[in-house]
Amino acid sequence: MSALIRFARSPEGLAGLIILTLLASVAALAPLLFPGDPLRIAGTPMIAPFTDPSLPLGTDRLGRNVLAGLVHGARASLIVGIAAAIVAVLIGSIVGTLAGFAGGLIDEALMRVVDAFQIVPGFLLALAFVSVLQPSLPIVILAIALGAWTGPARLARAEVLSIRERDYVASARIIGMHPLEIALREVLPNALPPVLALSAVIVAGAVLTEAALSFLGLGDPNIVTWGSMIAEGRAVLRSAPYLSIVPGIALIATVIGTYLLGEGVSAMLSRREQQS
Amino acid sequence: MNSALRLIGRRAISSIPVLLIVVIGTFFLLELAPGDAVDAYLVSIGGGDAALTEQLRAQYGLDQSPLSRLWFYVTALLRFDLGWSVGFNRPISELILERLPNTFYLMGSATALSFVLGTALGIVSGARIGSFRDRLLSIGSLALYAIPSFWLGLVLSVVFAVQLRWFPTSGIETIASGKAGFDRVLDIARHLVLPVSALSMIYLALFLRVMRAGMAEIWRQDFVRAARAKGITRPRLVLRHVARNALLPVVTMLGLQAASILGGSVVIESVFAIPGFGRLAQEAVALRDAPLLMGIIVVSALLVIFVNMVIDLIYAFLDPRVGASERNT
Repeated sequence: MSALIRFARSPEGLAGLIILTLLASVAALAPLLFPGDPLRIAGTPMIAPFTDPSLPLGTDRLGRNVLAGLVHGARASLIVGIAAAIVAVLIGSIVGTLAGFAGGLIDEALMRVVDAFQIVPGFLLALAFVSVLQPSLPIVILAIALGAWTGPARLARAEVLSIRERDYVASARIIGMHPLEIALREVLPNALPPVLALSAVIVAGAVLTEAALSFLGLGDPNIVTWGSMIAEGRAVLRSAPYLSIVPGIALIATVIGTYLLGEGVSAMLSRREQQS
Repeated sequence: MNSALRLIGRRAISSIPVLLIVVIGTFFLLELAPGDAVDAYLVSIGGGDAALTEQLRAQYGLDQSPLSRLWFYVTALLRFDLGWSVGFNRPISELILERLPNTFYLMGSATALSFVLGTALGIVSGARIGSFRDRLLSIGSLALYAIPSFWLGLVLSVVFAVQLRWFPTSGIETIASGKAGFDRVLDIARHLVLPVSALSMIYLALFLRVMRAGMAEIWRQDFVRAARAKGITRPRLVLRHVARNALLPVVTMLGLQAASILGGSVVIESVFAIPGFGRLAQEAVALRDAPLLMGIIVVSALLVIFVNMVIDLIYAFLDPRVGASERNT
């Protein structure tokens, strides 16, 4: 409870929470607010914003409702951002825990794999991965996670190296727990909080990567994303720049919200550490 | 100088297994692709009969087992041979070497700009933690961090290229302008202003934040209190004592971000139609040219390793302790 109060006292965290709650509720209500496929034609092409009350933000080059795209795009961005971060933290903490706990040759081998993933530009890797396996939502999520798991892996390993010498791990060993069980049930949960503090940055990065992939035409073609809206608006950038600018602002708001929320969470975690 | 050479040697040896993992991983990733380069080529020329397909497969060595092809690829790599691009019908190494300089200009200028400006603003911000100026810069850096580079590129080109006509909208230089020498450099610089600005903002924000965090840490240390007690002037205290010691983490960041800046240039090159390395990656994807895509990934890994080696040398130069420990081991 006191952790929640501490969180509420950090203005950044609170601001981030408000922004993200708004976005998440818009995303959740998208099918109710704008039922049907947001990619369908809703009116004449290129209606300027604020001219037609039934289409508040106007239409794009193909006559699609911009506001409906924006709302459905929030869904895609949040799903991809959060799912990719979960996958990345999951892979990263498992690999990091195993490396730190096993030590020796296994540690060495796993860390070289981490090095290899850090040396290849994550965006290039995602590009290759998506183009090889055809873009769909799960593939895009996996592709982004593939470039983002190394941070959590390094952090988890460092945490495990400090935790594994502690008494409760030694006692688990004495009562005869299987090393894998010790790693996953005793060490991992305690190594997790700092890794979780990192996850806001990963979500923000994943949202930006997804947008860049869809901008290059490598997102899931069956759903609206802000990146694909920006790319679509690019064709008429001179006459109707708002078509690219509006989804970009939504993107920026999402990343700022995520980042602020992350600051709030890490402030909460660090203050708890100081007390104990 | 000797210790610098030894540092390079050690790094080079330790990056061999890493590079091998990259090559093998990429190879098997691209193995997953349905169809191969020959299929893509046949589609592009409107199909061909079975005999032609067989002949092409044999010519590119695609009829052999994956393992023997991997072996062939790795041994060819040792001779700096990256294979043949089916999409462009040219040697891959030639294509990549042709595109690399443009990406170097873009990445180099973006890195320099974000490093210099980010560190300077970080010093301004970290000089008085919690002041109005510090808060303003923190909010500004957060906003910059959140702006996707490709979107910023579009907005910049609408404002500065389309409306104000200050800078060209695309390309790396004016084609067939006959410019040479300094005029040509100036021309390229003019073309680079917008893409470099778009690419560097996100990293500027990162460097600012790391520099500020580093300074916040240093302020609490004893030697700062000692220096202050000696009555050193404030600018000298901030620059000589605090900022100087906070610089090392920023240099480390520079190496960590090398891969990310290279990845970011893929999208920026596409926005500004710069014929660079990143555009080549996108073209490889569009042409379904797997060998070319693989060559691009391997070369980018090599590039990042190289940049990290340079950063290591700078680091050893800035912090003598690193060099010393290197000599002892």
